[in-house]
Amino acid sequence: MYGEPRFLPAGDRALVVEFGNEIAPEINARIRAMTAALQAEPIDGVVEVVPTYRSLLVHFDPLQVAPDVLEERLAELARNLGELKLPEPTVTVVPVCYGGEFGPDLPFVCQHTGLSAEEVIRIHTGTDYLIYMLGFTPGFSYLGGMDERIATPRLKTPRTKIPAGSVGIAGKQTGIYPIDSPGGWQLIGRTPLKLYDPFREPPVLLAAGNYVRFKAVTKEEYELIAAQVAAGTYQVEVLPKGEGREK
Amino acid sequence: MAAVFEVLTPGLLTTVQDRGRHGYQAFGMPVAGAVDEYALRVANLLVGNDENAAALEITLLGPTLRVLEPAVIAITGADLGAMLNGETLPLWQAVAVKAGDEISFTGVRSGCRAYLAVAGGIDAPVVMGSRSTYLRGNIGGLDGRALKTGDKLPVGEPPAAARLRVGRRVPSEFIPTYADNITLRVVLGPQDDHFTPAGRETFLTGEYVVTNEADRMGYRLDGPKIEHSGGADIISDGIPLGAVQVPGHGLPIVMLADRQTTGGYPKIATVVSADLYRIGQAKPGDKVRFVAVSREEAIRLLREQEENLRRLAELLSRPAGRLRQFRITVHGETFEALVEEL
Repeated sequence: MYGEPRFLPAGDRALVVEFGNEIAPEINARIRAMTAALQAEPIDGVVEVVPTYRSLLVHFDPLQVAPDVLEERLAELARNLGELKLPEPTVTVVPVCYGGEFGPDLPFVCQHTGLSAEEVIRIHTGTDYLIYMLGFTPGFSYLGGMDERIATPRLKTPRTKIPAGSVGIAGKQTGIYPIDSPGGWQLIGRTPLKLYDPFREPPVLLAAGNYVRFKAVTKEEYELIAAQVAAGTYQVEVLPKGEGREK
Repeated sequence: MAAVFEVLTPGLLTTVQDRGRHGYQAFGMPVAGAVDEYALRVANLLVGNDENAAALEITLLGPTLRVLEPAVIAITGADLGAMLNGETLPLWQAVAVKAGDEISFTGVRSGCRAYLAVAGGIDAPVVMGSRSTYLRGNIGGLDGRALKTGDKLPVGEPPAAARLRVGRRVPSEFIPTYADNITLRVVLGPQDDHFTPAGRETFLTGEYVVTNEADRMGYRLDGPKIEHSGGADIISDGIPLGAVQVPGHGLPIVMLADRQTTGGYPKIATVVSADLYRIGQAKPGDKVRFVAVSREEAIRLLREQEENLRRLAELLSRPAGRLRQFRITVHGETFEALVEEL
């Protein structure tokens, strides 16, 4: 974590406020505190704030607030961040069918890590992942806490279309594609859950500050759950944090 | 709300767009909105709308529309060969259309995206504060999709003075030209330090070509490869409009209206706001060069553009001739009539 935030220009209407250069719960906690502080005390000319792992992208109107004035105000806000009380987190269980047609990059992940498919799946399902942020596309949650043994770099050339529900690894990150979209993550499986559905309330299934647990299912179980999700009868499993794990 | 247009053929990609869905990027919701905001805003000004009113964004091959109710329209942006009942339809001008008229497009002459605004605006449902179509998320516009044959487009209540705008034209100094060889001014950063000095030099001196993978989300360019100084991955962060991200293959992608809100490729630079229309009007095969300017210069250009738009708004709203008001009684019914003498 940096002592003082770094300000990086992002064109004439946006500014990156960076608090560190790693994925760490304490850096992300500062981002969340900063976001809350900006909501409580809005700065004139700030249009929108996008919190991410270790930085905020602050969209502003430069004809209302000059960037150097804005940087000063933000630096001051960062110096005065108090402790933020967060609600008790939950764990959402996400069923995943690993490998095969749903996880075309699982063999590459095995080759890169030197692990068997079973080991990759055991490690991937063995952690409760903190939802650091939402971004990229509607409802995409960036998850923290992946075991570094299964870390694998992104594809050199991103795919132009990845189906909704695909579960992937990118560097030390793992995540789920909520809608069909292009992307460069290594795909290891797919969930039948709908993370984003504009016609459902709420449209986004997961929320920042909570956790995700992956559970391996067979192709048959996947199809069964997919049918229940389509019929609107599937009950998503949500547990209190700490439940269902052997210590 | 009365339907004013019926879609006879939808064209290549015709969507309803306003100035975008702001305030929801923290949930991963892309902004969407017109790719060429300048052309959208001018089209709306011509017909007396709010600049944020929803219009049709027409891509390369235009639709054929049948007019169902009298309306005032304006087409700006790319010259896609607009016709009204088989005759050339003047661009950058407010035009009256009547029931039974047919609007069509013969083909692209310059630019990539035209904007058809109608007095009152396209009355699509507002989703999260905007009528803009976001195709990948299936929201906004007409059920979150592009126009299709048989669609009927409802239009909001036209502004009172819309009729008086008919014939008003945008002076040529306010009409951009869309070259097939463009230079984009950029502000370096936020991650220009993720590239070697040679990589930055390549970016600022190389000639790039717009590939076929160029859409509302972003424009992939082909040309000399930009060298990263370390790995090509960063910890995912926010992507501003106009960001030039460079994945591991070393080729730049300019991020536009439907861009994802965050991403993990380093962004070498950001296209200045005042030049976004240039890339938004570029077509596959067009040439692109980048030149660095300071953030102060970028803001000066933005201010100049906004001042121009204010000046244009003032010009277009000013009565061209003398206004005379009549009260006419026909068969016992009284009408207010406003006449503009030219």
